[in-house]
Amino acid sequence: MLIPHPLLGPRDAREFTVMGDAGMIDRPDPAAPDAADRFYEYVYLRDNPAGVHRELWFHEYGDRSWLVVTRNTLTHEIVAVELASDVSAKREKSR
Amino acid sequence: MTFSAMRLLRESVTGHRGWKPLWRRPGPKPRYDIVIVGGGGHGLATAHYLSRVFGKTNIAVVEKGWLGSGNVGRNTTIIRSNYLLPGNQPFYEFSMRLWEGLEQELNFNAMVSQRGIVNLFHTDAQRDAYRRRGNAMLLSGADAVLLDKEKLRRMIPFLNYDNARFPIKGGLWQPRAGTARHDGVAWGYARAADRAGVDIIENCEVTGFRRDAGKITGVETTRGFIETSKVGVAVAGSSSRVMAMAGLRLPIESHVLQAFVSEGLKPTIPGVITFGAGHFYVSQSDKGGLVFGGDIDGYNSYAQRGNLPVVEDVAEGGMAVMPMIGRARLLRMWGGIMDMSMDGSPIIDRTPVEGLYFNGGWCYGGFKATPASGYAFAHLIATDTPHAAASAYRLDRFAGGHVIDEKGVGAQPNLH
Ligand SMILES: Cc1cc2nc3c(=O)[nH]c(=O)nc-3n(C[C@H](O)[C@H](O)[C@H](O)COP(=O)(O)OP(=O)(O)OC[C@H]3O[C@@H](n4cnc5c(N)ncnc54)[C@H](O)[C@@H]3O)c2cc1C
Repeated sequence: MLIPHPLLGPRDAREFTVMGDAGMIDRPDPAAPDAADRFYEYVYLRDNPAGVHRELWFHEYGDRSWLVVTRNTLTHEIVAVELASDVSAKREKSR
Repeated sequence: MTFSAMRLLRESVTGHRGWKPLWRRPGPKPRYDIVIVGGGGHGLATAHYLSRVFGKTNIAVVEKGWLGSGNVGRNTTIIRSNYLLPGNQPFYEFSMRLWEGLEQELNFNAMVSQRGIVNLFHTDAQRDAYRRRGNAMLLSGADAVLLDKEKLRRMIPFLNYDNARFPIKGGLWQPRAGTARHDGVAWGYARAADRAGVDIIENCEVTGFRRDAGKITGVETTRGFIETSKVGVAVAGSSSRVMAMAGLRLPIESHVLQAFVSEGLKPTIPGVITFGAGHFYVSQSDKGGLVFGGDIDGYNSYAQRGNLPVVEDVAEGGMAVMPMIGRARLLRMWGGIMDMSMDGSPIIDRTPVEGLYFNGGWCYGGFKATPASGYAFAHLIATDTPHAAASAYRLDRFAGGHVIDEKGVGAQPNLH
């Protein structure tokens, strides 16, 4: 599997470690009244879809950047790749 | 039709024309007391024990493909009870005991072969950890023997004892562990359940659950609606997809695990061997092929096929422990979809939907669990109380922090 890295071009999947669902970026507010429940969901529950899935990949043996890879779990086709830092910067702006 | 030596003799002199199909091919009836979703090892075993042990009748097993098309027919067939934690080890030892009486109980040759498993250790610290695990096994009533290097060398001479990076210093041996013929297990349970009147309905996919006031009233399938008040779901890699139809999100990710088999060789490997410094396990099938595997690929997948980095990793593991494997040619490789849970341990429990029961999260170790999983799930469905050996496998254990994490790696399924 080749991962089209936004800065480095196509890279072999073995250079990466996979963290899982990109929802990990959205950490719950620890001060919220329902924080315990939200953290349970954040840490343990997953959508685990058969189809398009957004996930975090870490370029461990490369430039050590975090990527958000949008990938089809039924075909392994990669639909989009973004830098995780761009994704969270965009999110900050829209807040 | 009962299998016996007499029967075999009679068939062999009459040209084997008297063998009959092992189970019927019924269509779905409009109503059942209990519907089991998933015709893999666990679903079929559940149906068998529901009728044999708990006296239930009017049961259906609905399977979306053909019987045994999932992981039960794709695994590397290792059965063992060599776990450490109190929530796990008694359950797997219960399973081991059921394996030991399985073929008589089912009147079916599942080729259960107690040829033993050796987990190799490579450092003093690892030896101590295995000693502790061996003691946990003994406490549960299982068998465990710690072998030093010399004893191990006499038993398995061909290992790479003097590997500079990972010298082999000994192993933890469970003599009662071994292998079983995976699809034989599915067929044996299917035949026994069918003979007890269970309808096994193949090519019938569950597409939804009908509920009324929070209670199950039936399942929608590709072959029509089936009315029932109790549904047991045992669909392994499809757990999240199926339970999502009942509005549940699970502590599970689906990952692909690959397996490999070499060309047939003369008997060389006495039992099952696992590498302690990487992930590699190997045994030899009765046909002579070396059956081996290693890590999951590590990314979410429903594709039932893996990628080359893991193939290379598994091959490297094999070469590190037994360099002679490099002379064998690889015949086939394939993949299956694992229901990887957040602590590496399974779930057998009720759900917030009344009448809906869930069995899953087996990771890559559910084949050995097949008998106990079926037994405990049948107990839960029949009596609405958990079986003693499976009482730790609660769905809500993650919320309360009561995880059963053998490896201690946390909520990262691709590390379990
Ligand atoms: C390569 C590989 C190696 C393994 N090695 C070992 C090993 O050495 N030892 C060990 O203990 N375990 C091993 N395992 C794990 C073990 O095979 C599984 O944990 C176990 O088989 C899962 O339970 P099952 O048999 O019920 O699953 P399955 O056989 O997968 O049964 C689930 C069934 O549910 C059906 N289904 C799914 N969705 C629906 C639906 N909507 N409606 C109806 N039916 C549906 C599927 O078609 C499938 O037949 C291995 C697995 C793999 C893939």
